[in-house]
Amino acid sequence: MTTPLLSIRDLRVRIGDREVLQGINLDVPAGQVHAIMGPNGSGKSSLSHVLAGKPGYTVTGGTVLFKGQDLLALPAEERAREGMFLGFQYPVEIPGVNNAYLLRAALNAARRHRSEPEVDAFDFLALVKSRMQLMRMDEAFLSRGVNEGFSGGEKKRNEILQMLVLEPSLAVLDETDSGLDIDALKVVAAGIQTLRAPDRAIVLVTHYQRLLDHVAPDQVHVLARGRIIKSGGPELALELERRGYDWLLDDAA
Amino acid sequence: MSTQDPSLDALLARGYQHGFVTDIESDTVAPGLDRDTVRFISAKKGEPQFLLDWRLQALDRWYEMKEPHWAKLQYKPIDYQDISYYSAPKANTDGPKSLADVDPKLLATYEKLGVPLHERARLAGVAVDAVFDSVSVATTFKDRLSAAGVIFCPFSEAVHNHPELIERWLGTVVPYGDNYYAALNSAVFTDGSFVYIPKGVRCPMELSTYFRINAAKTGQFERTLIVADEGSHVSYLEGCTAPMRDENQLHAAVVELLALDDAQIKYSTVQNWYPGDENGVGGIYNFVTKRGECRGRNSRISWTQVETGSAITWKYPSCVLRGENSVGEFYSVAVTANYQQADTGTKMIHIGANTRSTIVSKGISAGHAQNTYRGQVSVMPGAHGARNFTQCDSLLLGGQCGAHTVPYIEVKNPQATVEHEASTSRISEEQLFYCLQRGLSQEDAINLIVGGFCKTVFRELPMEFAVEAQNLLAVSLEGAVG
Repeated sequence: MTTPLLSIRDLRVRIGDREVLQGINLDVPAGQVHAIMGPNGSGKSSLSHVLAGKPGYTVTGGTVLFKGQDLLALPAEERAREGMFLGFQYPVEIPGVNNAYLLRAALNAARRHRSEPEVDAFDFLALVKSRMQLMRMDEAFLSRGVNEGFSGGEKKRNEILQMLVLEPSLAVLDETDSGLDIDALKVVAAGIQTLRAPDRAIVLVTHYQRLLDHVAPDQVHVLARGRIIKSGGPELALELERRGYDWLLDDAA
Repeated sequence: MSTQDPSLDALLARGYQHGFVTDIESDTVAPGLDRDTVRFISAKKGEPQFLLDWRLQALDRWYEMKEPHWAKLQYKPIDYQDISYYSAPKANTDGPKSLADVDPKLLATYEKLGVPLHERARLAGVAVDAVFDSVSVATTFKDRLSAAGVIFCPFSEAVHNHPELIERWLGTVVPYGDNYYAALNSAVFTDGSFVYIPKGVRCPMELSTYFRINAAKTGQFERTLIVADEGSHVSYLEGCTAPMRDENQLHAAVVELLALDDAQIKYSTVQNWYPGDENGVGGIYNFVTKRGECRGRNSRISWTQVETGSAITWKYPSCVLRGENSVGEFYSVAVTANYQQADTGTKMIHIGANTRSTIVSKGISAGHAQNTYRGQVSVMPGAHGARNFTQCDSLLLGGQCGAHTVPYIEVKNPQATVEHEASTSRISEEQLFYCLQRGLSQEDAINLIVGGFCKTVFRELPMEFAVEAQNLLAVSLEGAVG
C-alpha cells in the first residue's frame, strides 16, 4: 500500500485546558472520500481547524503527515499553498474586497509556491466563469464583497467554487451541507464530485446522511468525545441515520 | 514594546521609501522669524507692495495669537525661531524658464519619487507643478493648459503675471487671521500653486502639485489657491514626501478653493510626509488649513485625502456651502502606525438653502498610534432643506493604538437633516485566518482587508492616484499587523 495522502497518528489537542481531541488516528489515501460524523461537540470542527492551522488550538501530542511531510510544522498559508483546503462551516464576510480579487490572489499564491507563472486576468476569468456555471452562480457575484450579504446557501456555494478553482489535493469540508435546501445541496454535491480524482482526497465533516446520498464515501468514521470510536464503509452512515449515535456512545463508554 | 500578537510587532517595522536627501546647494536663510524675515522673503520674490503689507499684517496677527492645543496631539513645543523660513536650490534665481533650465539633480529627484517631469514620460493627462522646499522648480504642460485658458503656475509666478487675480482672491476663503498656522503661513509662505479655470471651461487634464521638503531645519509653507469660475470643472491632485531626519520639521500649508456658480472642484491629496521612525523619532509636523468655499449656486467641492505620513497631522479640509444647492464632500483615509498621531476631519458649514454634504472618514490605527476624527457639521438658520450624511469608521490593528471620534453637530434650522454613523472595529482573527487558509501571506491578507475597508474612499480618487494610494497603504502598514 502507498503512503496515505493524509495520515493522523494519536493527535491530541487542547483549547485552553480542555482536551478536545484525545488521540485521533486516521488515514485518508489519495483517490478516496472519507466522511467524519458525530454528535455536536464531538471535536469534528476542532479536527478541521487543527488540520488547517487555525490559531487557538494547542497540539499536545501526535503527528499529522500530509503528502509525507509534517503538516503541523507548516504555517496556515503554507498548508493552503501545499494543497490543503478547508471549506468553512461559517465563511466570514470581508467587506469591500471582491470575490474575484481574493480568489485570484489565492490562486496566484499557490501557483507561485509551485514555481508556476501567475495566471493572467483573462485566463483567470475564463476559469472562474466555467466553475461558476457548474455551481449555478450568477456572474455579478464576482464583483460583490467576499461573502458580503450572502445567504447561508450562497456562502457554501462560494466555498465550493473556491475549492474548484484552487483544485486542492486535500479538501476538508466542514459541514458544507448544513443550511442548504435540497436544490442547493445537489449543486454543492455535484461540485464536490467534480473534484474527485485519483490524486486527491476529500474529507466530509457532516451530521447527516443526505450529502452522502450524492457523494458516496469510501469510508465513514464516527468521532465522539475527541476520539474516532468506529469506522466502516458507506453502510455505517446509513445505520447512523437509522439508529442515531447513542448505541455507539454506550458501547464506547 | 510588545503587542498581544507578536506578528503585529513584525509588521510595525515599516519602511519609508522616499527618505533620501538630494545633495544640492541651497540658498537657505538663517533660522528665525521677525518682520525682516518676511521682508526678505517678499523681496526675494520681488512681490508687489500689497502682498508685503498683507504678509506683515498676518505676522502682527500671528504675534498676538497662541498655538492651539485643543487637538488630541502630544508633541514637544515648536521653537519657531529655530526654523529657517526660506530655502531654495541655488542657481534658480528667477525660477526655470523651461525644463532645460532645471538642475538635472532635481529632475532625478522627482524621477526617483515616481514623478518624472519630462512631459513625454508623464502620464498623459496630468500636468505637474513640482515644489522643492520653498520654490517651484518645474511646471509641465503649461502650453496646452494656456490654450484652454487655464492658468496653472507656481504661486510666485502668478503674483508677477496675474497680480490682480491674487489681490482679488487671496485670503478670501482663509483670512490671514483665521488660525495660528494660517497666520504663520500668510506671513512666510514661499510658493505653491495657483489655478484659475475660466468660465465654462472643463480643465482638459488633471492638475497636480508634488511637494518635496529636502533641506534640513527648514519649514515648508506653501499656499495653494484654486479659483473655478462659473460653470468650470477641475480635478487637482497633491502629493508630498520628505527625507528621513531625526528632527521634526514643520509644514504649515494653506489651501483655498473657490467655486463660483455651477463650478466643480475635486481636490485629492496623497500625503506621505516622513512619519518618523518606529520609535517616534523625527517626522513632519503637518499643520494644514484647507478650506473650500462653494460661493456660487449649484457649485461643488470635493475633498479626498489619503493621509499616511507625518508624525503629527492637524488638518480639517472644509467646505463653506454658501451658494444655494451647493454640495460639499469629504472622503478620507487616515493611517497612523508606530507613534504617529493624526487629528483630522472636516467642517461642513451649511449657509445656503438646499445645501448637501457627505463625509466618509476611515481611520486606521496600528502600533502606538492615535487617530482622531474631528468633524463639525453646522447648519445655519438660512439653510432650509440642508442635508448632511456622516460616516466615520475606525479600524484598529493591535492593542496599543487608539481611535477617537469627536463630532460636533450644530443645527439652527429645523428643516435640516443630519445623519451620523460611526463604527470601530478590529481586523478579526476570523477574516485573517480565512485569507491565510486561501494561501495569502499575513501581509497580503491585511492589505486586502484594510483595502476593502477603505474602498468607498479610494474609489473617489482619480485612477492614477487610486493605485498609488493602495500601494502606499501597503507600505505604511508593512509589518504593522500580524
